[in-house]
Parts: sequence; C-alpha cells; structure tokens
Amino acid sequence: MSVDEATVRRIAHLSRIAIEDADVPRMQGELNAILAFVEQLNEVDVAGVEPMTAVTPMRMKQREDVVTDGGKAAVIVGNAPASEDGFFLVPKVVE
Amino acid sequence: MNAPVNPKKLISGALGDWEVVIGLEVHAQVTSRAKLFSGASTAFGGAPNDHVSLVDAAMPGMLPVINAECIAQAVRTGLGLKAQINLRSVFDRKNYFYPDLPQGYQISQYKSPIVGEGEVTVDLPDGESIRVGIERLHLEQDAGKSIHDLSPTESFVDLNRSGVALMEIVSRPDMRSSDEAKAYVTKLRTILRYLGTCDGDMEKGNLRADVNVSVRRPGEPFGTRCEIKNVNSIRFIGQAIEYEARRQIAIIEDGGTIDQETRLFDAGKGETRSMRSKEEAHDYRYFPDPDLLPLEFDQVFVDGLAAALPELPDEKKVRFIGDYGLTPYDAGVLTAERETADYFEEIARGRDGKAAANWVINELFGRLNKEGKGIENSPVSADQLGAIVDLIGEKVISGKIAKDLFEIVWSEGGDPRELVETRGMKQVTDTGAIEAAVDQVIAANPDKAEQAKAKPTLAGWFVGQVMKATGGKAAPAAVNALVKQKLGIE
Repeated sequence: MSVDEATVRRIAHLSRIAIEDADVPRMQGELNAILAFVEQLNEVDVAGVEPMTAVTPMRMKQREDVVTDGGKAAVIVGNAPASEDGFFLVPKVVE
Repeated sequence: MNAPVNPKKLISGALGDWEVVIGLEVHAQVTSRAKLFSGASTAFGGAPNDHVSLVDAAMPGMLPVINAECIAQAVRTGLGLKAQINLRSVFDRKNYFYPDLPQGYQISQYKSPIVGEGEVTVDLPDGESIRVGIERLHLEQDAGKSIHDLSPTESFVDLNRSGVALMEIVSRPDMRSSDEAKAYVTKLRTILRYLGTCDGDMEKGNLRADVNVSVRRPGEPFGTRCEIKNVNSIRFIGQAIEYEARRQIAIIEDGGTIDQETRLFDAGKGETRSMRSKEEAHDYRYFPDPDLLPLEFDQVFVDGLAAALPELPDEKKVRFIGDYGLTPYDAGVLTAERETADYFEEIARGRDGKAAANWVINELFGRLNKEGKGIENSPVSADQLGAIVDLIGEKVISGKIAKDLFEIVWSEGGDPRELVETRGMKQVTDTGAIEAAVDQVIAANPDKAEQAKAKPTLAGWFVGQVMKATGGKAAPAAVNALVKQKLGIE
C-alpha cells in the first residue's frame, strides 16, 4: 500500500492540518516509508488468531448508573480561549 | 427485501407509477441517570455545561468507563425488538470535526454492534400490518449542542448532551409509503416507552430519525438514496418522505440522475434541501477505541433481563382482545401507551371490558384531548371511572346521566356513588313513578296525544317530555314502553 499526493492532501484536510504544497512530496515519502515498515506485519500468518485487546485477560470495567460528576461549568470552560455564561464560544459555524 | 408491490402504495409520476423505498435510522436517547461513559447527569436542560465532566469535555488523560445500566437498556431494547443479542461487541471511534464534539470522534459501534437482526410488527391505519426488519442496534455517544443565533460572529457550545447514551436503531429498507414509515416510528416509540429504555420525547430531541428515501419503477432494483437527517417529529417524517419522493421522481422523469447525498428537512417550507456537504465528510476512519475493551457479558445476564421484561404492546393487544372481548382496533388504541393500557385494565378487571373500553376511548380520551391533557394527569381516576361503569351496569343511572356524572367527577372530583346519592341522580326504575309522569304529560297535551295515534313517531316527543319532567333520571327503556302503551301505539 502506498499513498499519492492527492491522498496526502486529503489526509491533511481530514486531520485539519495545514501543509504547504512544497511539503507534500516529503510527507508522501515519509508516509510511504511508514506504511512499508508496517506492511512487514503482512508476512505473519494470523489465520485463526483472535485480535488481542489486552495484555492480561480481563473484562471491561463498568460503572453504576449514578450521577457523580458535573456542576463545574467554570472549570470546564476554564481553559477556553473564549467563553460566556458558561458556554464555549467558537468562530461561527453554520451549515 | 422485495415484498410484493402493493399498487395502493405507488406514487404516480408524469410518466407512470413509482415505488418509494424507505429505511430509517432512529436515534433514541437511553433512559439513564448518568452518561454512557461518565458520571455526569443526563437531565434535560440545566445551565450551560453544568452536566459535564472532564471526560465529556475530552480533557487530556480522561478515560471512558461504561455505564452498566446503558448496557442493560440496550439489551432490553434488543429483546423488545426480538433481536439477536451479541454477547460480545466492540466500541469504535467515528472521527469527524465539529465544535460540539470535543473528542474529535464519537464513540460508537461499527462492525460489532451490541444488538443484531430483529423485527417489528407495524399496524397500519387501514387495519393491515407489515413487518419491518431491524438490521442492528448499537450504542453511541450524543454530541453537544451548538447555538448559532446568539451572536453574529460566534457559535455558543453547550456540552450538556455530550456523552449521553444513544441507541441507533437501523431498519431494513422495508417501508413503501410515508404512512408505513410513520407507523413504524410510532410503534418503535411505543415499544421503547413500554420497555422504559427511552422516553420517546421527540420535542426534546430524545427520539429523532434519519430517513433514507429512494424511488424505483415497481420490480426494478433499488434506486440511489438520499438521507434526510435529524427529523424530529412523526408528522415531519411523513412530510419529508412525500416531498423527497416527488423530488426524486421529477428529476428521473426529466432524464436526470439522483446524487447520493445528505439532505435537511425544512419544516417551515415543507421541503428537503441539500446540506452541500463536502464528499470527505463521510470519511469517518472508524477504528476500535483503544480506551475500551470489547463489551462482553454472558447469556445469564441476558436471560435475567428477559425474565424481567414487561408485557409488550403486541402481547398486550392480543390479551386484551382475548380477555376483554375488544375489537383489534380498540385494543390497538388502548395499548398504544402503557399508561393507557394500565388505566384501562384497572377499570376492566372484573367488569364489562367493552363498556370499560368505550368509556376510556370515547369519553375519557375525548375529554383529555379537548384539554390537551395526558392520561397521567386525568382528573378522573381509574377507580372513579370504574365506579361510573358499575353504576350503569347496576342500572342505578342511565348512560345519559352517567355522562353528566362524569362531568361532575371531572370538574369537582368526589366518589361517584356518593354523588349519585347526594345529587339525586339515581335512575327512577319505579314503574309507578314513571307511569305518573307519563300520565301527567299526556294529560297536559291531549291534542298531541291524539295526533300520535296517527303518527307514532310523535312518541319520541313524549319520551323527551317525560325525561325532562324526571330530570333525565327515568329509566329510558321503561319510559319508552309506558309512553307507547299509554298512547296506544304498537
């Protein structure tokens, strides 16, 4: 698997990362090198092997349905560049 | 699915008939106290960002821990939809950018949902019923809310809903008219409300639907579909489908093709319009959420929930028809809401089921609708209405007086039996008293009595006068008989 220039631009857009035109070929080279490295894994035969989801066999922890959190709007918006009346303010987005 | 084409359901275009094909993705908010992966409250409203934990705001280092009750609610819903319950399911990240999605991804279930295939039986207004296949049900997080009209240059973001558990219930494209789609959502809502897994409050957005619509010539393969996002009332679902189907038919008949796209329903204009989304918008790059292990539980857990499931609307309807001798239509009306069914059954138990159904459907519902009240706020309790039904059954009052009594109980309250006594509403069955009243009326109207011999329909006038004279309390059957006898009509 390898990526072309168009795919590099598309991934950048999906990730909301701005990249200069001049940087695209370099990024393409780096991504392809990473993909080629990972592709070595294809040499391993994993037929019939369950994907490993944890190092030790364990079940997912669950929580009781109890309200234990909230009531701290000031903390929540504390680091926001802009806020008002407990709301986050962001540049206008309307579809 | 290729059910036989029903000619009644076709839409006629300029160049022949078209079949509309509909599938729905319903988003139902799970009834729970806390959110899917955090301990913040799910309560509606609240000051901005008040029901938000650091997890919901996606602060660095926060980890999701799943709410056990949300799992149980999804399984209950799956059981209610007669669906496959998957003992192992997986949470994935669905990636996209939007200011009210602080994580930059929604935790959802993609390849391995908690609930698989099921089925819903949907009753249509014409008495026919159809089956709608359920493809899957999965758990996912709701997003926050953006408010765009508080400032000309900024959007206001409130994360109170962020992280609230939703069930996305995906149907097969098994519906062929807007009526079928509306009936399906109505039925689904009923089932969810019976189960107590979603309150179904569409005004609050707790139940909303994405509607997939395509059209085709009868017998042809599926056409290209458009998805109408986030329709939040059953009426709007119907309107959106009607508009969208005709829009597509017009394009195809003009020689055009349908672009697969996401559209919005504008309730004010009654039309759908393109969201003009860029094509990348649908590249969600799903992958398993590394913060969450697969969700696993055993069959014992499922069986425990199944054993505690309430009686569902379909079963209740069948039982009402069998136990109380109701018509399928009345049974359907009474079982549409669990509260209504419980209310009815409280009255019907040990009484005449049909009489109870008549009083609940005709008198009580009529009155409740008139005042815009729900059954839970009914001023007349099941005990009170039951007593009224008893009084009629015991012939203590006539059906007509019963309506007056109902009005009194509705507006003033009180024990119907006492009211009948204290206000002298008892039906007069004493033939002597009725006879005297009939004699009096005839004596006062000799000319009319004479006419009645030639024109028997005039008897009705006499019955009316006697009823008036007795304050409506005379037993109508006795009055009828006596009037005819005294006037010499047969």
